Amino acid sequence: MNCTTCKPTVGEGENGREKFPGPTTNACKLCTPLGACLAYKGIAGTVPFLHGSQGCATYIRRYLISHFREPMDIAASNFAEHSAVFGGRDVLHTGLANVATQYSPELIGVATTCLSETIGENMPQLLREYRERKDVPHDAALVQVSTPSFKGTHVDGYHTAVRGLTETLATGTGEHNGPVALFPGFVSAEDLRHLKEVFAAYEAPLTLVPDYSETMDGGSWAAYERIPTGGTPVGDVRALGSARAAIECGRVLAGESRTAGTLLGKNFSVPLHRLGLPIGLRETDQLTAVLGALTGREMPKEVAAARGRLIDAMVDGHKYVFGQRAVVYGDEDLVIGLVSFLCEIGVTPVLCASGGRSRRFEKTLRAAVPELPAETVIREGADFASIGAEAETLKADLLLGNSKGYSLARRLEIPLVRCGFPIHDRIGGHRLLHLGYRGALGLYDLVVNALLERKQDTSSIGYAYL
Amino acid sequence: MNTTSTVPAGGRSYETTALQSSSLSAVIEVLPGRASSISLAGEVGGVGAAMVCDKHSLAGSVTQRACVFCGSRVVLYPIADALHVVHGPIGCAAYTWDIRGAQSSGPQLHRNSFSTDLQELDVIFGGEKKLERALMELIDRHEPKAAFVYSTCIVGVIGDDVGAVCKRVAAAKGIPVLSVASEGFKGTKKDGYRAACEAVYTLIGTGQISGIGPLSINLLGDFNIAGETWIVREYFERMGIEVVATITGDGRVDDIRRCHGAKLNLVQCAGSMTHLAKKMKEEHGIPFLKVSFFGFEDMAAALYDTAKHFADEALMEKAKVVVHDELSRFYPQLRVYKEKLIGKKAAIYVGGAFKAFSLVRALRTLGMTTALVGTQTGDKEDYAQLREMCDPGTVIVDDSNPLELAKFCLEKDVDLFIGGVKERPIAYKLGIGFCDHNHERKEALAGFVGMFNFAREVHASCCSPVWNYVPRRAARTAAIGGAR
Repeated sequence: MNCTTCKPTVGEGENGREKFPGPTTNACKLCTPLGACLAYKGIAGTVPFLHGSQGCATYIRRYLISHFREPMDIAASNFAEHSAVFGGRDVLHTGLANVATQYSPELIGVATTCLSETIGENMPQLLREYRERKDVPHDAALVQVSTPSFKGTHVDGYHTAVRGLTETLATGTGEHNGPVALFPGFVSAEDLRHLKEVFAAYEAPLTLVPDYSETMDGGSWAAYERIPTGGTPVGDVRALGSARAAIECGRVLAGESRTAGTLLGKNFSVPLHRLGLPIGLRETDQLTAVLGALTGREMPKEVAAARGRLIDAMVDGHKYVFGQRAVVYGDEDLVIGLVSFLCEIGVTPVLCASGGRSRRFEKTLRAAVPELPAETVIREGADFASIGAEAETLKADLLLGNSKGYSLARRLEIPLVRCGFPIHDRIGGHRLLHLGYRGALGLYDLVVNALLERKQDTSSIGYAYL
Repeated sequence: MNTTSTVPAGGRSYETTALQSSSLSAVIEVLPGRASSISLAGEVGGVGAAMVCDKHSLAGSVTQRACVFCGSRVVLYPIADALHVVHGPIGCAAYTWDIRGAQSSGPQLHRNSFSTDLQELDVIFGGEKKLERALMELIDRHEPKAAFVYSTCIVGVIGDDVGAVCKRVAAAKGIPVLSVASEGFKGTKKDGYRAACEAVYTLIGTGQISGIGPLSINLLGDFNIAGETWIVREYFERMGIEVVATITGDGRVDDIRRCHGAKLNLVQCAGSMTHLAKKMKEEHGIPFLKVSFFGFEDMAAALYDTAKHFADEALMEKAKVVVHDELSRFYPQLRVYKEKLIGKKAAIYVGGAFKAFSLVRALRTLGMTTALVGTQTGDKEDYAQLREMCDPGTVIVDDSNPLELAKFCLEKDVDLFIGGVKERPIAYKLGIGFCDHNHERKEALAGFVGMFNFAREVHASCCSPVWNYVPRRAARTAAIGGAR
């Protein structure tokens, strides 16, 4: 799209607080309940349930389906005018009962919306009343989180649901001999599969929360699956209190005081390792170091081999990428991982932008990637209008981020390396691997080849041998 | 025939094959509150004419419907030189950013997503100031011909007077700034259509109508998905009919302002635009015809009906020429596909009933039968008509959900599903071909060429070799002796 006249909105005042918050043009974020729904999809036998208007569920379903290309049932209490005026108790109860009847879920993951939050629904009370009713099914566990869309982004919704699951379900035995709890962050289905492989290589038993690697990327069905198979068993979430350790990925997330990881520490004294998303060499090294320490093992052969191949590839292509100027956008923690990786290979990130607004994005990014040039522009609370305006003046060579940057790439006539979420204009976005040495190698190939392709396409000679 | 499937704890999966279909209804239960919204064509007794529809979705039913906001947004979205500002938290704007195939021959402003992106403090203290500032800033930046302001769920709850803000901004900027009462929970998607029609209506009658001839029409309810409005418009222009305004496909504010000068309104998406047509009939005396541009039969009927309306023999002759030319071009090509598709069974689940009628006929043109047909927004008359036009035994369903749709697809053992993105994975997971007939598609399916495109797409999906390898279909193929 050609929003050439879009300019960044009014500047920020002290402490990053806007004096005059402008409108958002082409948001670089989604709403909080979306993240909660995806997190719930990673728990076995779970149906996400939004307390609010049905449109929220329908829009979020469509948005997730377009990325994952998998069924995505999200129930809603389907507010009508009556419920907005007198409260949504009845529709919540009816809705939960209907979901229990139709899906026979093990767990219903309830999340609020801006509507139910604004009318001040007392969710714990409403759920307590549901549990006390004799005329409704009670086989499913209920988890409830508060996810008003006027507070935070889809990433916050995701982490809130992960925390809510842990807070509601986890119990302890006093011992810490259980599988390692891994809270991976908002990553792809392929990323989740790879994390399991890496842990398996270390022979480290693992509880991944959430794990939608199968529920959101499963095989073709022989029979209809009301709730797609896969996901972390509810029992495993319940047992998190006896995890021998917890690992939580995301450096911005690490600045949060109340997370699933901190909760396990506080309630059950589970030791917590807070890392970045393991993107690129250094961030993955941090993860493998923790795994080595937890298991007392050397780096397994296959992991070491992948690491070796990554470094070898970085050498092979280093001249193609050196000094190329990149614009990176997306979820804050994803951007931090990608920027760290780009700096390892010699690409210069000139603009790092996120629609998230943690108030610590720049500080966290600079701490994670100390070699990042001082002149690199870092923006939180960005939208695509502001990203586009800045990218133009910064003379970028490529974009890294989700498919929503395509119109910008088209306008600037530079390649877009698609990663993160959503990827709505290619197949297999959910199968893209970002994490680990192997993920870095894949990203590396994508970046180098995008640049080579551009070089070829814009050359008058067009060599077939590069 | 036994398929093996692992049944996990909790019985979430179950065994099924096409040949066991009679036992399926026992497996996926229809919710008691939903049973009265499902009927069968040719059924004696049962739900029949008493079919319940046109009501709010049952809580927890995972309806395929969206909300009031969605209804307004889809109708107004294609007006390309207007500013569309979504007043609320970010979700509603983010999910409707440039997803539709509604094309514009000029400005592309409609493909942006503008939001006031309300935050917690705005919710506490009210969003009026933020909205006003946003409108002022965006109007200065983009210089639109008009602005639409969509209210989302919480706007009414926090008490913003959107109408007053619109008035102030309109006065300051000298363009129409129209409030669209589209709070998500205040009704169904249909109420959103109505709110959109009300907003559009305020523009009508404010432009110059001099120079508009006697053979003139407006096209209502075509949204120019993949250029469909252009295809259809060209047929009418070949007949010598002037198209004053296309509402809202490739829509322009100035055209809408003067569209009351046209002598006839053609309403294609009856569900969304009949309200506007009725208002224009009452206030401006413009008659309207309900038409459909999908399928050879319906497209030809639309041209003939228009000619008949103007009671002009020469016009009817021209209509015949258009139909003849188009059919001689596309029918032979279509027959190639038809040969491969004869006897296949389809399920239809779409937004509006008029599209469903057309699709039932279009499938017949391809030699296919309709085994299941449902809509999100049909009314009693619509369903009565569906019951009449469909073969006996066809399942007819209002406001369905994934479980019901899967149940009926399996019971009826369909080869094709026609729906939108939300229905696609249901079809694909069960090894069923799929044709996207929703607004997100990028293929033109209207007009004669559109029918050909439809045939090509249905053929491409139904006749793909991939179905030989999906487990459910492979089992079926084995069961019937590999005949397929």
